[in-house]
Amino acid sequence: MAPDARSGQTAAVLLTLSTTHRPATDLGFLLHKNPARAQQVEVSTGTAHVFYPEATDERCTVALLLEVDPIALVRGKGDGEGFALGQYVNDRPYAASSLLAVALGKVFASARRGVSKERPELADTPLPLEVHLPALSCRGGAALAERFFAPLGWQVQATELPLDEQFPEWGAGRHVDLRLTGTHRVADAVNHLYVGLPVLDGAKHYWVSADEIDKLLRAGQGWLAAHPERELIAARYLAHQKRLTGTAMARLAEVDDAADLDDAVAEEPAEAPERPTPLAQLRQGAVLAALRSAGAHRVLDLGCGNGALLTALLAEPAFTEVVGVDVSTRALEVAARRLRLDRMPERQRARLTLLQSALTYTDARLAGYDAAVLMEVVEHLDPDRLPALEHAVFTAAAPATVLVTTPNVEHNVRYPALAAGGMRHRDHRFEWTRAEFAAWAQGVAGRRGYAVRFLGIGPDDPEVGPPTQLAVFTRTSAQEVAA
Amino acid sequence: MSELAVPELSLVVLIGASGSGKSTFARRHFRPTQVLSSDVCRGLVSDDENDQAATADAFAVLQFIAATRLRAGKLTVVDATSVRKEDRASLVQLARDHDVLPVAIVLDVPEGVCLERNAARADRQLDRAVIARQRADLRRGLSGLSREGFRKVHRLSSVDEVESVVVTYEKAYNDLRDQTGPFDVVGDVHGCRAELEELLGRLGYTVTRDADGRPVDAVPPAGRRAVFLGDLVDRGPDSPGVLRLVMGMVRAGHALCVPGNHENKLVKALRGRDVQITHGLETTLAQLAGESEEFRRDVADFCHGLVSHYVLDGGALVVAHAGLTEELQGRASGRVRSFALYGDTTGETDEFGLPVRYPWAQDYRGRAMVLYGHTPVPEPEWVNNTMCLDTGCVFGGRLTALRYPERELVDVPAERTWYEPARPFLPDAGPAPERPAEVLDVADVLGKRAVETRLAGRVTVREENAAAAIEVMSRFALAPQALAYLPPTMSPVATSTREDLLEHPAEAFSYYRGEGVAEVVCQEKHMGSRAVALVRRADATGDPGRPVGERGALYTRTGRAFLGADLTTAFLARLATDVADAGVFDELDSDWVLLDGELLPWSVKAGDLIRDQYASVGAAARAVLPVAGSLLAQAAARGLDVAGLLDRQRTRAADAQAFTDAYRRYCWPTDGLTGTAFAAFQVLGAAGRTFADRPHAWHLSVADRLAAADPELLRSTARHVLDVTDPAAEQAATEWWTALTADGGEGMVVKPAANLTRGRRGVVQPGLKVRGREYLRLVYGPDYTAPANLTRLRERNLGRKRGLALREYALGLEGLERLARGEPMWRVHECVFAVLALESEPVDPRL
Repeated sequence: MAPDARSGQTAAVLLTLSTTHRPATDLGFLLHKNPARAQQVEVSTGTAHVFYPEATDERCTVALLLEVDPIALVRGKGDGEGFALGQYVNDRPYAASSLLAVALGKVFASARRGVSKERPELADTPLPLEVHLPALSCRGGAALAERFFAPLGWQVQATELPLDEQFPEWGAGRHVDLRLTGTHRVADAVNHLYVGLPVLDGAKHYWVSADEIDKLLRAGQGWLAAHPERELIAARYLAHQKRLTGTAMARLAEVDDAADLDDAVAEEPAEAPERPTPLAQLRQGAVLAALRSAGAHRVLDLGCGNGALLTALLAEPAFTEVVGVDVSTRALEVAARRLRLDRMPERQRARLTLLQSALTYTDARLAGYDAAVLMEVVEHLDPDRLPALEHAVFTAAAPATVLVTTPNVEHNVRYPALAAGGMRHRDHRFEWTRAEFAAWAQGVAGRRGYAVRFLGIGPDDPEVGPPTQLAVFTRTSAQEVAA
Repeated sequence: MSELAVPELSLVVLIGASGSGKSTFARRHFRPTQVLSSDVCRGLVSDDENDQAATADAFAVLQFIAATRLRAGKLTVVDATSVRKEDRASLVQLARDHDVLPVAIVLDVPEGVCLERNAARADRQLDRAVIARQRADLRRGLSGLSREGFRKVHRLSSVDEVESVVVTYEKAYNDLRDQTGPFDVVGDVHGCRAELEELLGRLGYTVTRDADGRPVDAVPPAGRRAVFLGDLVDRGPDSPGVLRLVMGMVRAGHALCVPGNHENKLVKALRGRDVQITHGLETTLAQLAGESEEFRRDVADFCHGLVSHYVLDGGALVVAHAGLTEELQGRASGRVRSFALYGDTTGETDEFGLPVRYPWAQDYRGRAMVLYGHTPVPEPEWVNNTMCLDTGCVFGGRLTALRYPERELVDVPAERTWYEPARPFLPDAGPAPERPAEVLDVADVLGKRAVETRLAGRVTVREENAAAAIEVMSRFALAPQALAYLPPTMSPVATSTREDLLEHPAEAFSYYRGEGVAEVVCQEKHMGSRAVALVRRADATGDPGRPVGERGALYTRTGRAFLGADLTTAFLARLATDVADAGVFDELDSDWVLLDGELLPWSVKAGDLIRDQYASVGAAARAVLPVAGSLLAQAAARGLDVAGLLDRQRTRAADAQAFTDAYRRYCWPTDGLTGTAFAAFQVLGAAGRTFADRPHAWHLSVADRLAAADPELLRSTARHVLDVTDPAAEQAATEWWTALTADGGEGMVVKPAANLTRGRRGVVQPGLKVRGREYLRLVYGPDYTAPANLTRLRERNLGRKRGLALREYALGLEGLERLARGEPMWRVHECVFAVLALESEPVDPRL
């Protein structure tokens, strides 16, 4: 079927490979594509066209043009709910990415294996080659392209494309115009690109299954093991493009033209949590110590996130009932996975409850506990929501002990990486000085019938204090003195 | 024939040996669904009604069903032998737990009758000894039933009596639902007779006096009736005088009265019980010492006979001295009385030695308005449809009454401070006391929910959508006090069949024609983001020191702030001045107005998205397509057959350029407020009212006046009104749209000119958007105009979007109407939250 007839293919991704080896037209034998004809190959994501804009003895260039059908990309999945605005309007049809890598793999399959019936010795010979990708999706900029290709022996010329020349203040986007020059076996060159396109893009368009590792090892034979960036390459090659569709949260972000709102948990694989930083460990230690000192047995972890503290609480039998509460269903899912809830022994499982709730609302399920922990939580709330949190935690839930930790902003000057005035997390709505935290906590204590004492967490810098501050509230009367 | 009286809401326990005729009795006098039989429950859990081994499980089931029914306020009859005290104890406890009266009906028929009936049964033969034992147990317990807690005990001691008795229902004492008012509800008087007389005068009552000139009654204006919230006595100068007046009014049918804790204690003191003579009781007793013995007895009887609370006006109004939670209203128990007299006390005392109380009103979710007193407040305020009317007259405050249903407050100042309060209740020079904020509970929003709307009936919210909405609401949206409304989604017009278009005005006109709407208004769609602005008069806007509920707000369609705090403050201050200058506050007789509009440019809100997605796509396309084109031209020059590809490539390059042009129109730099513009097109609400029934011409005229007041910041909306039954007018309107969109305009919205309109099947779509051909590249991709793409894109399903648009519209308007009626925050928030939750429904976002 001629492409015209289906003609949904509406956009094109492009790659050229040139050689000045003589006779240059031998490139056709190595690629198994005749320079005298334009050919097309159906691939899973559209139609790949192979043609030679020039084919002389001096210079031969092959162009691989992938016509992508973005509408079929959306609708072809038969996924009636696969709606995301980003699917019709995205750079996949234009920019080189894993879509092109797949086409490359299929169209030049024989070439990648380094076999040529007609020119067997040439297939094993490094040839002077030039590669041009006018628009390569490269999250990490020109520098990353350099880091990937230069150690392989390519001379790299990567130019970051401006987002829009009419709005120079927007700067460059994530696309580069990439030109590579070098002397390589054609098979190696194709394999470099086959691996490099998804690695530089940082994500694959399709689900990454176990056999991707085999594919990477095959394509990387002879060069990947010695590449100085092999760890980065493996991590990025195996990363799957984040799911754009399907969740209710994603749809809410979309109706308001917002970036992803579902950011309550970091994008790390649940099975391999980052090793906690020393400060996080100290914070957890201080919280556990304060809970032990209060003699708490039934404990709420309010804003439990991915459940790091829950793990520590469950490890201690003295905590007979542990309730992890978060407003994000995704955070709770991640916590459940991390804690291996489905495989947890029944006795331990019976001690743990995970609940979705919001601290700006009261929740009868949270009443009557010994202690509540708000570890690095309050600073994620807009200041004008704090009175609601105060009522929900200190009057409605009213546990005997409340622990609140929050950054000490005075200490930020000790973090060289932090821009002046910058906050430690992009979702922080404020960060308090010790005096500000004390003023808030004492106000709460006075209004809600609690006593409060303060502790520092982490090294207590003589000038700017410790990095984290902890307030321990102890209930003195059962309820608020209110009208 | 004797009558056997049973309270309308009670737990009736039938007591009798096997064969005494309990089931027959129950069948004859009660509905089958009211009767819970232990035999049936045995059958339910074991398939055998006679399986005694299943008794424990059967009673667990029976208790569960009984508890569920009592919670729902349903009379329940337990048909089990219940001859032993321990069996009855759990049932009495069950009744108490649900604050209903336990009633015992004893079927005390002779043993011979039981044995005879038992012998006649086909399914079960009990041992004679069992029946004899049951009879013995029964007789042993008979005299102690009242002590066990049964509030009524009916003993039927012969077969004749069992068969001839008639069950009648008696209303609860507190059930005055048939009294619809209007009422004048008066807060704590505490012996302030002069102020009470003055207040009654202000309310239009005529005081009647006895020979000594003492007030003994007050005749209300026609049809009205006073309601006293208790604490008539103590601390003040003339408790006997207040009692004499109120007792007279109650006996004449001119007033109702519920008891306060002070009356409760007074009764005990007058009857010689040991009470502490404190908190002003000493004053009352001293004053009463000057009255006759007869009067004192009269007072004691009157106060003793007062009913803890009343449910009035079909259940819409509840009065109780210290308030009452919903589950206790209309119920009867010691707990109800204690709550009504003392409130939700914790048993602890505060620094002034006064009892600590839980602020129950903050959590109140009941349907009934609750009026109460007990705790003096500086200003009466609505908290979740409840109001405390004790304004501390005796402490030098005021005596306050609320006219119901008018919701008007009437008060008179105290003549002087009659008694020094233990805890200062009036604000000193210091900061104003924190308002008793209305508190929202997760139970108001989480889980599967149904919201009743006037326009569209019940609107259901799925659990999954509520779960997403609560995260956005609590992490990203403004505080609920500032978020009274979220705009509904809007459906596009039906898909056009024209060759080169997806959307065209003809389908909009035809839709409204079909719904019987003749006149429509086409409104220009601005190149911005939907925005709602809550604008308060200048003196109340922009002061970050004010509580959030008293500040203005500017937010997106999911309730997020557009601008930083400082810029928002500056924007709202300027908008407030403009609204005032345009005379809108005065015209609407309101200190605030909620405006629906668009904030421009789009890049203010969507800058990141435009750069990351739109500009990025354009940049990639513009980089790759020219190169591809020239390579193909080279190949063609070599004689390769790439003509088709080359043609497509040229079209693509043009489309990519058109796409880039399209998004560029929605971006321009802003600096502070310079460059930012707000185009209001609808007035959503103001104090006490909504405006959905006003024609769009009125809304747009308000918008025009605003734009005229500040043309730099505020834009008007271009519009074109037409009669859709006039083809020439339709032609003109189509040309208007074509001109609007030819150079990339976003398009227009077609609305019924009259605004809220009902059509053949309920409310018609409040608006249909008809988007421009070029603009749609941003939605469907740069190449959507290729004929093959258009063909496929026409298969879009509008049904869900249309349904969603109407449901969200109904919710939005419902919330505004609740706000206008002064309903509690949770009732408004419920609607706002539901709109947000519905926005997370899986509907094609390109529509």
